[in-house]
Amino acid sequence: MEIFGIPHQAFLGQLLLGLVNGAFYAMLSLGLAVIFGLLDVVNFAHGALYMLGAFVAWLLLDKLGINYWFALVLAPLTVGALGVVIERLFLKHLYKLDPLYGLLLTFGLALIIEGIFRELFGSSGQEYPVPALLQGATNLGFMILPIYRTWVVVVSLAVCLGTWYLIERTRLGAYLRAGTENASLVQAFGINVPVMVMLTYGAGAALAGLAGVLAAPIIQVNPLMGSNLIIVVFAVVVIGGMGSIMGSILTGLALGVVEGLTRVFYPEASAIVVFVIMVIVLMIRPAGLFGKEA
Amino acid sequence: MTSTRTPMTYTHQMARAARVVRITYLVLLVIALLAPLLGLYPVFVMKLLCFAIFASAFNLLLGFTGLLSFGHAAFFGSAAYITGWLIKAHNLTPELGILAGAAGAGAIGLLIGLVAIRRQGIYFAMITMALAQLVYFFCLQAPFTGGEDGLQGVPRGNLFGLIPLMSDTAMYYLVMAVFVACFLGISRIVTSPFGQVLKMIRENEPRAISLGYQVDRYKLLAFVLSAALSGLAGSLKTLVMGFATLSDVHWSMSGEVILMTLLGGVGTFFGPVFGAGIVISLQDLLADKVGSWVTVIIGVIFVICVLAFRKGVVGELRDWLDRRRKQAA
Repeated sequence: MEIFGIPHQAFLGQLLLGLVNGAFYAMLSLGLAVIFGLLDVVNFAHGALYMLGAFVAWLLLDKLGINYWFALVLAPLTVGALGVVIERLFLKHLYKLDPLYGLLLTFGLALIIEGIFRELFGSSGQEYPVPALLQGATNLGFMILPIYRTWVVVVSLAVCLGTWYLIERTRLGAYLRAGTENASLVQAFGINVPVMVMLTYGAGAALAGLAGVLAAPIIQVNPLMGSNLIIVVFAVVVIGGMGSIMGSILTGLALGVVEGLTRVFYPEASAIVVFVIMVIVLMIRPAGLFGKEA
Repeated sequence: MTSTRTPMTYTHQMARAARVVRITYLVLLVIALLAPLLGLYPVFVMKLLCFAIFASAFNLLLGFTGLLSFGHAAFFGSAAYITGWLIKAHNLTPELGILAGAAGAGAIGLLIGLVAIRRQGIYFAMITMALAQLVYFFCLQAPFTGGEDGLQGVPRGNLFGLIPLMSDTAMYYLVMAVFVACFLGISRIVTSPFGQVLKMIRENEPRAISLGYQVDRYKLLAFVLSAALSGLAGSLKTLVMGFATLSDVHWSMSGEVILMTLLGGVGTFFGPVFGAGIVISLQDLLADKVGSWVTVIIGVIFVICVLAFRKGVVGELRDWLDRRRKQAA
């Protein structure tokens, strides 16, 4: 069986791989959007935090023998805690300044984190085994479904939707949205905004860390995995516009799928297709697909 | 202050300050002209000057127009490739190769600028970064760039077909001349009426629009000028070092030029030159001693600059002198 002249097995395989990538784009751009909404900081260190999540998982397994399932909780907590430290030590001092300084500061932090890991572990990748429970594949009849990749898509989607629910439908989320609109007014109503800001950055960092753990068994864990991804995620954010949570999720997933399909039909362009789409979107709708016109 | 001295007026003080600046520049120029005689390693000084041009060109955009581009490596690197390719594969003379590189970078700047100026602030930064990544992937895959190896062994050739540039001294004076021309050119642009409009856009864009200025055109022209001059720096670098590689177009290069400008002083004339000097010296000094820690050190300088040192060395110095002068007056 063939789809558009491509063996359907390869087609569906790339589609799934696209969905996996899209899930990572969605999780990372979601974190960027939440952080930007409240802090006015474009977190360049997001890629480095994602890398850190993968490395913490690898270190836990390799040095301490702690398995994937615990890493799934411990690594995001570690990265989130580091996020809290970063916010308290550095970002806190920049809130009254031009948002560009936040971008530059987090760029510097990304260089520091990546440089340290490159020095300690080299540029080559570390192997992280797929956990025993999720190994292998199921035969669905029309395609072979690798279990781990399916797991990644399902978990990422659940986390994204959970975040959406938390922000759009709960009281805590209402505080957060109100803080995005007008922080000093929320403060006046008795909400501790500085703590909220700190925890938001921590949560965004933890989300990036979780994406890193999920990615560890699929790609080689290496110090540069984050910086290659973050530029694509920036393009995703420009395409989607940072105004809407659901918008970030949908844009991330869709672009992952488009990238996967490009890999089937015209592999040379798969690395750049997201950037090309960004140019087209900017020409037609400069504020982004889900953004509000400034 | 002692009462015997007549207090100078503020304007007098300013005039004297301007004189001090002029004399400093003259002294620096004389030192630069004599550098080959002073036994400074010429290739190092040439590399430094190339990056000084690059940072000054970048500063034209960030410091005097208020646009933070995170993709200037695209112009530096593509010009480096264009020049290398034209000279190596088509035997062009160096001056034509350099001009073609700068023109190519200007053209790419026009394309990227047209897209990027549709958004402002942090979006502008992200868009330029993404588009520069597009250029990076092009350079990685294009047939004439040598892929992962880059273009190696680009000959310096003869300037105007007459003056052999193989000697480091001849090459040095060419780089020096181009640098001085760029420095003066950028100063001229910034002090011109056009430059004044750019500054107004930086300070208050809505006001510039309401006064009837076609802000997008000004921004685009500033972007193209900055791109072309960055390209000039990249072309010269290829000629000096004899190679163009992927690291010239990589995003870390875009980061480095931001750091040079920030460290030296955004929006000052001499700041980017100074910043380029510090960063290149650091890299040269540390490269074979500490390996990847260079990245960490650069990151740390970034963080310190943003947190404590936002005006940069030259900016802080200027403010300090200004305060003293006001106290004296």
